[in-house]
Amino acid sequence: MDQYGTAPSPAEHPGIFRSEEMCLAQLYIQSEAAYGCVAELGELGLVQFRDLNPDISAFQRKYVKEVRRCDEMERKLRFLEREIKKDQVPMLDTGENPDVPQPREMIDLEATFEKLENELREVNQNEETLKKNFNELTELKHILRKTQTFFEEAGTEGMAPPETAHDAETLELTSVPTGSMFANFGLPIVFCCASTPNVNCFCFLQHEELQVEALLPLEVTRDLHAPDTPALIMQLRFVAGVIQRERLPAFERLLWRVCRGNVFLRQSDIDDVIQDAVTGESVNKTVFIIFFQGDQLKTKVKKICEGFRATLYPCPDTPQERREMSIGVMTRIEDLKTVLGQTQDHRHRVLVAASKNVRMWLTKVRKIKSIYHTLNLFNIDVTQKCLIAECWCPVNELERIKMSLKRGTEDSGSQVPSILHRMETSENPPTYHKTNKFTRGFQEIVDAYGMATYREINPAPYTMITFPFLFAVMFGDMGHGTVMLLAGLFFILKEKQLEAARIRDEIFNTFFNGRYVIFLMGAFSIYTGFIYNDIFSKSINLFGSSWRNTYGADFFQEHLTYEEQEKPFMLVPEKGFDSPGGPYPFGLDPVWNLAESNKLSFLNSMKMKASVILGITQMAFGLMLSLYNHRYFKSDLDIKWMFIPQALFLGCIFVYLCLQIIAKWLFFTAEANTVFGYDYPGSNCAPSLLIGLINMFMQKSRDKGFEGPTCYLNFWYPGQSFFEFIFLAVAICCVPVMLFAKPYLMWKEDQLRRGRGHAHLAPVELILLVVALVQVPLMLFAKPYLLWRRQKGYQPQIDQPGTSGGFQQSVRADMNGEDVEVVQHADEPPKENGASHGGGHGHGDGPLDMGDVMVYQAIHTIEFVLGCVSHTASYLRLWALSLAHAQLSDVLWTMVFRHAFGFDGYLGAFITYALFFVFFFLSVGILVLMEGLSAFLHALRLHWVEFQSKFYGGHGYPFAPFSFEKILQEEREAEEQA
Amino acid sequence: MGVIIPLVSVSAFWLVIGLGGPFLVPKGVNRGIVQTMIVLTAVCCWLFWILVYLHQLNPLIGPQISVKTIRWISEKWGDAKGVKN
Repeated sequence: MDQYGTAPSPAEHPGIFRSEEMCLAQLYIQSEAAYGCVAELGELGLVQFRDLNPDISAFQRKYVKEVRRCDEMERKLRFLEREIKKDQVPMLDTGENPDVPQPREMIDLEATFEKLENELREVNQNEETLKKNFNELTELKHILRKTQTFFEEAGTEGMAPPETAHDAETLELTSVPTGSMFANFGLPIVFCCASTPNVNCFCFLQHEELQVEALLPLEVTRDLHAPDTPALIMQLRFVAGVIQRERLPAFERLLWRVCRGNVFLRQSDIDDVIQDAVTGESVNKTVFIIFFQGDQLKTKVKKICEGFRATLYPCPDTPQERREMSIGVMTRIEDLKTVLGQTQDHRHRVLVAASKNVRMWLTKVRKIKSIYHTLNLFNIDVTQKCLIAECWCPVNELERIKMSLKRGTEDSGSQVPSILHRMETSENPPTYHKTNKFTRGFQEIVDAYGMATYREINPAPYTMITFPFLFAVMFGDMGHGTVMLLAGLFFILKEKQLEAARIRDEIFNTFFNGRYVIFLMGAFSIYTGFIYNDIFSKSINLFGSSWRNTYGADFFQEHLTYEEQEKPFMLVPEKGFDSPGGPYPFGLDPVWNLAESNKLSFLNSMKMKASVILGITQMAFGLMLSLYNHRYFKSDLDIKWMFIPQALFLGCIFVYLCLQIIAKWLFFTAEANTVFGYDYPGSNCAPSLLIGLINMFMQKSRDKGFEGPTCYLNFWYPGQSFFEFIFLAVAICCVPVMLFAKPYLMWKEDQLRRGRGHAHLAPVELILLVVALVQVPLMLFAKPYLLWRRQKGYQPQIDQPGTSGGFQQSVRADMNGEDVEVVQHADEPPKENGASHGGGHGHGDGPLDMGDVMVYQAIHTIEFVLGCVSHTASYLRLWALSLAHAQLSDVLWTMVFRHAFGFDGYLGAFITYALFFVFFFLSVGILVLMEGLSAFLHALRLHWVEFQSKFYGGHGYPFAPFSFEKILQEEREAEEQA
Repeated sequence: MGVIIPLVSVSAFWLVIGLGGPFLVPKGVNRGIVQTMIVLTAVCCWLFWILVYLHQLNPLIGPQISVKTIRWISEKWGDAKGVKN
């Protein structure tokens, strides 16, 4: 792409662990070089320009004219594209990326497009006229042909019964059914019709040669009441025309009503389909011929024809003339056909020529337009010689950006080099994570929650493994995992083809974009399925179970009947479990799959403990990441007064819980034993950890050792009460430290910085200390007391919005109903604090807003303290989802597929075949897709809330570089949407 | 198989992957990310395995199985010590 070479960004800064380091830079570009430079930067796509003229409306900017010209060009190209599509000429779209044309080329392009458009419009116009003519001629041809047949038919018709001639009343009623009238067509003066006596009638004349030479205009006035009066000669005329077929019935009816039945209509469908010249639609038309008499009727008929958009054509009276005319029309049609063909050929040639370039032109025009849009963001120097731009760019890429600028300047032939000048700024730079096709999916998962704050730790690299892993803990099944893995693999292997196919389906695209996530989720599901020993809810006995039969021959003798055979008995672990042989080495022992009645209690206990340990591990990991964040931002304050108390809090309660779980696993057996010096009688005395945890919080006194009926509640290691007291005390002490230490130190620092308040410091410090200490009983008693008071009497002084009332309210709103007690203790201190603060040195004239800091700190402390409890509980969803998945797949097996094994022979084969399909589709539909979706969502939540809340700020905004690739992509997507 | 052999071998397996794997990653832009992934994979997989393994180390309850299946277990997997059939 460039001869200057591009330095790859160093491996030490992969830009994924933390966002890229950004800098604000100012660009000074000569106005003649600006276009070229911006073009180069657009190709590079690493620079985000800032709008330096935010107050100037879009219409008053410098390059509005050029943008308009580009819009116009785009419009022309679109027109061209539409015409090409109409002609079904294949458009050449190699997806190549043409260089940005020079600004002077724009005129050429404009001229080309103008010429093409004009030519095309002219050709279209010609074609339209020609087609119109052609259609008219065709219609005329049909009229001539059809009328000819009318007249011929009329001539060859037989004589009508004479009585019809005088039966005026009947005629009036039956004149619409044209068939009966045509029966009379052949008479010299066949009939007359009238609605009232003494009216004009029209009659049909017939020649001796049985051929209608003409319908002679005759004027007849006849009195119906004088039947002897000979029919008089009448004036008879006709018009012929063409009408759309669907309009005909209405036309006929209206004609009949308006003319009171005094007209006679004959019709015949045109078999050929006629193309509408303007819209190109196919229309079915019908030839009609109307006979009438008199001028009045003529105007009426013409008006109606006009109203129905029927086209009337002149039709000569004599067959001779008609024949001549017909021949004339035929020759003209032939001529027109040749001309029309030539026109179409020409149009086609123009379009084919254009189709080769139209996509490329469109790309070029869009590039030019985006360049001028960008130039509109620039500031113009006073001397008008120079453009000034401000942009965010990654520090690592500065060299490449400078190269691009140099190239752009050289290409434009400018003598003065463009200058890139780094600026110092206090503004927050945008967050830019460099991703590739693999990491993008995971980065999107993280970004969906919130764009990382600039330079903070990006959770995505860790999410890449922990997300599929936690998903798999919930989804663990080798069979379902394999299905998912294969689906992911299919998408990955067919990546190129599927991308090229440009499938627009949203659901498909979601899956396709997450193909690497799906692949990893499948792979991990196979692993966890292997550990759970589940393959479509069945187990495999790969290493040999560690369990043996504990029952002798006489036991089996006792249980011989059918019901007895189904009774469950426990293989007691003391005898049945092969302790020297050790447990099943990899995963769950297959014996549990056979234990239908107590499999769940064993698995639930295992999965719950595993969930808690996995959860606490992940939270501790998140906390460690927060340490790295604090270290990176060199915030000693945060490390000492945030991280350490948080770690202590987590460690004292939750890591302790994990250790207890592991100790229970290691030391408590089914047999009697000695555990930590106490005599342990057996499994019924294994400690209950959950109740133990609650007792730890309540500091309940218990017996030591394993004696008494509630031996599982006793202290089970020496010094447990002491340790638990210490742990709890440390944890509780951490809370006020988290809450007050940082704000206080910040405030103190602020005071020192301002070089005053030394005198106030000692008393203020004392006050703060007292306030902090007061918090503890306040936390304990405030709410109970308030509740008690509220209950005691609904006395009037309930609410008095005091001076600090608004502040309290805001804190409450922030808490969002976490816990009322906590709200109380959270909003007390700022009130006190604010008062002492205000007394110290007047109101907030400093940069440090103590109230804000306190509120922020309170929220975080509460979030962390309560979060540790609720998040640990939240990780139990790993257990719940995994249980649900295993049970569902078990149900699917026993309720569906297992029925197939009850049949023998051909029927059995057929039923197995049929049920397999049901089983398989239900497996894929319900277990893989729906369960997979729910496990995905829960894994998502665990990452967003439980994991990221420990360290992730997410207050950043995304880096949006000016890049042709992105702009073209967006345009293309918009085009496809339309 | 004993307790120690699986414990050591599986742990060693994941340890080798987790510690040795990162060194085998070729140099390039994505080296750091691949290393992170390998280490995390090893940690997650080992952790999950050890949790399940530890839970079965000292079972406090035994499986409740129907007599029919117990008979099958007796035939296929054998009897515990001191049980005669």
